[in-house]
Amino acid sequence: MDKKQDVIEREEVVVRFAGDSGDGMQLTGTLFSDTSAFLGNDLSTFPDYPSEIRAPQGTIGGVSGFQVHFGHRQVNTPGDYADVLVAMNPAALKANAKWVKSGGTIILDEDSFTPRGLKKAGYETNDPIKEDHLEEFNIIKAPITTLTKEALKNLDLDQKSILRSKNMFALGMVYWLFERPLKYTEQFFERKFENQPKIIEANKRVLEAGYHYAETVELLTPTYKISPAEIEKGTYRNIDGNKATAWGLIAASEKSDLELFCGSYPITPASEILHELALRRDFGVKTFQAEDEIAGICTALGASFAGSLAVTTTSGPGLALKSEAIGLAIMTELPIIIVDVQRGGPSTGLPTKPEQSDLTQALYGRNGESPLVVLAATTPSNCFHYAFTAAKIALEHMVPVILLTDGFLANGSEPWKIPQMSDYPNIKPPIVPRGEKEWMPYARDPEKLARTWAIAGTPGYEHRIGGLEKDELTGSVSHDPQNHEKMVYLREEKVNRVVRDVPNQQVEGSQEGDLLLVGWGGTYGHLKTALDELRKEEALKIGLAQFNYIKPLPANTGDIFNRFDKILVCELNRGQFMDYLRMNHPKFNYLKYNKIQGQPFTTIEIKEHVKKLVEVNHYG
Amino acid sequence: MAENTKYIDTKETSPSPKDFKSDQEVRWCPGCGNHAIMNAIQKALPHMGIPREKFAFISGIGCSSRFPYYMNTYGFHGIHGRATAIASGTKTANPDLSVWQITGDGDSMAIGGNHLIHAVRRNVDINIVIFNNEIYGLTKGQYSPTSKLGAKTKSSPYGTIENPFHPGELIIGAQGRFFARSVDTNMNLNQEIFLEAEKHKGTSVVEIAQNCVIYNDKTHAEITNKKYKEDRQIVLRHGEPMIFGKNRDKGIVLEGLKLKVVELGKDGYTEDDLLVHDATLKDPGIHLMLANMQYPNYPVAVGVIRAVKDETYERKLENQIRQVKEQSEFGCVDDLLHSGNTWEVK
Repeated sequence: MDKKQDVIEREEVVVRFAGDSGDGMQLTGTLFSDTSAFLGNDLSTFPDYPSEIRAPQGTIGGVSGFQVHFGHRQVNTPGDYADVLVAMNPAALKANAKWVKSGGTIILDEDSFTPRGLKKAGYETNDPIKEDHLEEFNIIKAPITTLTKEALKNLDLDQKSILRSKNMFALGMVYWLFERPLKYTEQFFERKFENQPKIIEANKRVLEAGYHYAETVELLTPTYKISPAEIEKGTYRNIDGNKATAWGLIAASEKSDLELFCGSYPITPASEILHELALRRDFGVKTFQAEDEIAGICTALGASFAGSLAVTTTSGPGLALKSEAIGLAIMTELPIIIVDVQRGGPSTGLPTKPEQSDLTQALYGRNGESPLVVLAATTPSNCFHYAFTAAKIALEHMVPVILLTDGFLANGSEPWKIPQMSDYPNIKPPIVPRGEKEWMPYARDPEKLARTWAIAGTPGYEHRIGGLEKDELTGSVSHDPQNHEKMVYLREEKVNRVVRDVPNQQVEGSQEGDLLLVGWGGTYGHLKTALDELRKEEALKIGLAQFNYIKPLPANTGDIFNRFDKILVCELNRGQFMDYLRMNHPKFNYLKYNKIQGQPFTTIEIKEHVKKLVEVNHYG
Repeated sequence: MAENTKYIDTKETSPSPKDFKSDQEVRWCPGCGNHAIMNAIQKALPHMGIPREKFAFISGIGCSSRFPYYMNTYGFHGIHGRATAIASGTKTANPDLSVWQITGDGDSMAIGGNHLIHAVRRNVDINIVIFNNEIYGLTKGQYSPTSKLGAKTKSSPYGTIENPFHPGELIIGAQGRFFARSVDTNMNLNQEIFLEAEKHKGTSVVEIAQNCVIYNDKTHAEITNKKYKEDRQIVLRHGEPMIFGKNRDKGIVLEGLKLKVVELGKDGYTEDDLLVHDATLKDPGIHLMLANMQYPNYPVAVGVIRAVKDETYERKLENQIRQVKEQSEFGCVDDLLHSGNTWEVK
């Protein structure tokens, strides 16, 4: 048949790969994203996987998914619902069918739909399509396992290696469906398996087999065509949030001329920051894999004392363990960056699922009056900018900074226009000049209130710091009641003065009107998409303020809130940012929209909620 | 007296002991063993050939941990149990510093036990001085991980039912390359040990039997009492036979797989039969036995029990950085950002 007649030109498409956690779905999704990115599409990805390394095979608990949303216009989210679902087994179908757009395409590996496989996935009959009411979908049953075996039968590979490559068959089919070339993926095999020619050959064969299968069976109609995105000129790369965070810190090390030291303990979903930094010995990065979270931050604090750009990376439970040492950093006024890649809580909670519920912990989770700076990144790629900024603030204000990202940003990726380091500012920590007379450890810059930094080893500035309350100037231990009260206010004021370095909060969409969507951190993409669609479809007068600076809040925060009738604070928690806003700007009436399911918002649910609120305003 | 035969005779190469005293009032109890230990450290430092600004004294929480405030060097009074981690970070970040951790038995072996064994395992070049008074002093008299089994304290009114740690056994068991032991009042031996600890590259752990006059007075008296200390302590020195006793008439021999105390001239034992101390043996077997000797069956070993050369963590890290840098294709962050798969949008 003539394929061209059935090509559908689309603005954007969402594809979801789903299979067992050993099926290589994350790799499949990543390879597809990379190819799309090279073709000039904008995209956003969302890996969704279980915390078990290998949950029981074939069960719902073991399903691993990877969703990619790509298009020829700006893409801000991984998409709510998929146009195409690849389900490598019955459990993957069971868990993911509800995320397919009505009328969408579902590709199944029919070899895995055995009575046993169906039962394991929780199906009661041998007809999952009927049982799950999927008749209206375009169901493509492909014997993926059989054909993979067939493609590799002369290659003298063991059974395990053969089965492992069936994900490439599915990928080949999807490549045909979206008219993507195979060459980028083939180049990947050549790099990845440089010394294993047989594995390169096997992967290529299976990938091509999938592609040709799709072409010959004429089942896959219609195909989709996505033109390159209309995006800003420049050099681009794909980047995920954890890598961007690591690179932002390395950039800060270059711009401050300080050695980067990261004391850390592995924890999902933050570990990749440590991995990436450990790889960067060529930038002089010292990573210290500590025996626990507490040692992680304490080694970093010791390194800060010795003059390094000190970092510790963690997730919520680790942040809890670090809290006493953060207090010590506040008390000794040493610069340190604490990166918290949030996940569902409390306790071990949902290790691989995103949530925004560490905000209160970041702001207040310590003994005593213990203020520090809190920032949040809003997209995978701007983790770079905010990691850099966190370092700049910590070093120039001599204050600990917590940078909040989350599992969604950490693992999600997007094309990133690579910045020029010459566009980034230098970082100038207040290191004491040699030979200064009359120096006192806690004497401050009158503007920033930052104390000067005498790095251990500098002659003439020998001094002692510690966790006990200290005299305002000399730093000697002081239990004087008046001095303590003064110091408490001083430390708070020091953090507040960071506001002078905080840019004004921007509002996207309407600058005044019916409703202001307020978000912070990783929900940006979904809120922005909801905003754009609501304005386009419903002509609503709404705006969006997505906060990166949490403490201190941007100076114009109140002004922005003043310009809207309603303020809707959307968060993946029970309302922690809303409570914080209410405390800091009590005169406004805040509404809130919350989701605590370990999943990102969907654009649809935000839109529905906003419509209800604004309708009330118009007709109520 | 055996323990006084050696005396520091190297020249002072940096400021004098008084230059290491800070302007802060020392607020330990009168009669506390800490005073003597600090004096010995302040006397030893000028002999190390290290400028004052290169010293960093780091501590956790406890009576002994106030130590950094009293030193006119860089100092960091940290949080409970974490001094080892802070010190490890400081030394790793700047290997040119001489980093000293001052800690107590509660601070380092209870709340900080994990950090202690891992620093020792990594062999970070820090000098850890454990003031062991077998009690929690600052929190006013609870038992510690080194309190003797059955010790009656505020938190063990009927006697502890916990076996104590022996610091030497723990440290050597964690692959410790340097372990020394002494008694707070032995000024000369202590100076000698501190110099050896500084010279040793790698984690040096020095356990000092320290007397808490308030909560655990005379806990070490059975080995420190002047009347019989020479009969109950043996000073180990590398290359010297293991002789002890007021009349230098007793010694240690290895019999079978066990150490044995013998009297010279009795049962045919002469000085030639005695073990000669070799602190540099890689195999920890004999060092472990020596560190574990306890009164009344044995004299307690003081001096440098183990000092084995090995590469340090921070030097290995520096070497790795140098090697990776040499092979790197990157000159600056711009190179890194443009590495791998990129594409041009025109």
